[in-house]
Amino acid sequence: MDWGSIFSNALSDMIGPFAAIYALAAVGLNLHFGYTGLLNFGQVAFMLVGAYGVGVGVVTIGLSLWWGILIAIAASIVLALILGIPTLRLRGDYLAIATIAAGEVLRLFFNSSYMQPITNGSFGLGPSSTDFLALNPFSNGSYQVGPFQYTGSSLWVMVVTWVLVALSCVLMFLLMRSPWGRVLRSVREDELAARALGKNVYSYKLQSLVLGGVIGALAGVMYTMEVPTQFPSNFDPKITFYLWVIMILGGAGRIVGPVIGAVIFWFVFSFLGSFLGEAFPGSNTGAARIAIVGLILMLLMVFRPAGILGSREEMRLEVR
Amino acid sequence: MRSGDGMSGDDRPGDGMSGDEASTAPAEQESAAAAAAVESDAIDPTLAEEREEVLHAQQAQPVPVSPAAQALAGVPAEPGARKPDPILVADRVSRRFGGLTAVDVDHLEVQRGTITALIGPNGAGKSTFFNLVSGFDKPSSGTWTFNGRDISGMPAYRIARMGMVRTFQLTKALTRMTALENMMLGATGQTGEHFLPALFRPAWKRQDQEIEARADALLERFNLAHMRDQFAGTMSGGQRKLLEMARAMMVQPELIMLDEPMAGVNPALTQSLLGHIQALRDEGTTIVLVEHDMDVIMSISDWIVCFAEGAVIAEGRPDDIRSNEAVVDAYLGARRALPKDGERSA
Repeated sequence: MDWGSIFSNALSDMIGPFAAIYALAAVGLNLHFGYTGLLNFGQVAFMLVGAYGVGVGVVTIGLSLWWGILIAIAASIVLALILGIPTLRLRGDYLAIATIAAGEVLRLFFNSSYMQPITNGSFGLGPSSTDFLALNPFSNGSYQVGPFQYTGSSLWVMVVTWVLVALSCVLMFLLMRSPWGRVLRSVREDELAARALGKNVYSYKLQSLVLGGVIGALAGVMYTMEVPTQFPSNFDPKITFYLWVIMILGGAGRIVGPVIGAVIFWFVFSFLGSFLGEAFPGSNTGAARIAIVGLILMLLMVFRPAGILGSREEMRLEVR
Repeated sequence: MRSGDGMSGDDRPGDGMSGDEASTAPAEQESAAAAAAVESDAIDPTLAEEREEVLHAQQAQPVPVSPAAQALAGVPAEPGARKPDPILVADRVSRRFGGLTAVDVDHLEVQRGTITALIGPNGAGKSTFFNLVSGFDKPSSGTWTFNGRDISGMPAYRIARMGMVRTFQLTKALTRMTALENMMLGATGQTGEHFLPALFRPAWKRQDQEIEARADALLERFNLAHMRDQFAGTMSGGQRKLLEMARAMMVQPELIMLDEPMAGVNPALTQSLLGHIQALRDEGTTIVLVEHDMDVIMSISDWIVCFAEGAVIAEGRPDDIRSNEAVVDAYLGARRALPKDGERSA
């Protein structure tokens, strides 16, 4: 067994473009759940409208990348409003149901032959990243520093996405230390109390859903930059649950929780992938990989329920 | 501050069977106790009158009557009585759950600057009435005004911003926020609560410091200063009640509605809470409270409204209520109601 390449892969993926993309989407989810208490089980839907916003803008309509990104952001705002306006006045579970359904509906709808003229259906839409790669300062070869190795285009996506992750974390920091963030956390703790103190809870929940959705859409945009031709089936519900794992692993309601979570998740995920692939050559080990991730999540819930950064004492307070 | 009066529980025997003793000068405790004993035995009108005289004689003495209570002097003790300066007026407010009428209040006024207590047996509709007027529930019909402004159907958060704040029967401490954060949340009109200004600290920093100072002062006043930076979830039940009341004061309300502020609070802390409530009243805040502890009700209320089966069946000063037969029937001694079925009001 080639331990060198297994670890090299795992370390590369740990901070690679996908880790960055998942971290970005998880920052949005963390705003929803970690700070506002919104049960969003459809973060992948925001990634989908982000990716397809750019795809449709750039490939189908023929606009520039910047217009594509604007379309992606606008589409995610519209999606957040459609999901939030009817459900956020109701109990939390209704948002959960609506979001999980929205993710599936969008995936199947974009995949349908009915939508083929716009999304190219199951044949895939792309390439959307031409403008983006034209800005790539790295040459096309392979880059290697120690065990870390990336292609030039992946390195470019990776750098830009980590910058976006850093910016969104700064944004979260600025928001959460402000009175706005205080209201958000009070909504998470007890909606009725916030209302009794004169806070328009509905408006805050909607703002949170929109902002976290836009961040999710940007993750979708970067996904298309890494994988230029996108298929609706890339956005299956599994991604949402990976994002939940990442957020809880890092610590919900912590600024850099999603970043830590994404790094660890991708190390484990990639390690298991290469390891199982080498240990059982020729067999399909994908299911075993997911099962082991699930097992690790269970162990995490038993031994560190608040995640890496969360405090257990704080978590216990909820019980009373 | 009068909170001291409330806290010195010396002149209040803990085993009092009614609230009489609370306002009684020690010298006359005997007669009052006798009167109370009599009350619990018979509703003889002559005895009730005697008792009334005794009580009036006592109240004319040392207990300083609040100006607000004086303003209520001429108000007749009857359901729907008009008050000289009402802050909250409800008209024909009703709430039906299917076939059940939970609340059906024909007319109710709350006098500004008083402590008004809502009493009544369980299920009488007190808490539902609270929920309705504070905007947490939608009535089947009816209108109500606050400070002369129609606020019927207004969302709860806007009613709170107008200066009418409520607390909850089951305390709602924001457990994973510190006591200070709980307090600071209460302040209204914060620039930093808007999305864009929130990003620029200079836009809200000064206001936030002012709010923090106000929060610290209130925490000090409610004896919670030592818990300032602790999560509210680590507080005891009584401390949470205090915190919730203090937090409501951060809104700077004109009217504060307390839903069972003494429930689950130990007797020592009850005294302190009572002191705080009276002090707030003396500073001009109007207080409406739902409470089950009759000792508490009788000792601090300026005006009492009794609910039964959703309707207001009696109103009056504590003395009026004590001798009111409808109240006794409905609430204080239901067994008395049995032979008098024909005379019952509803």
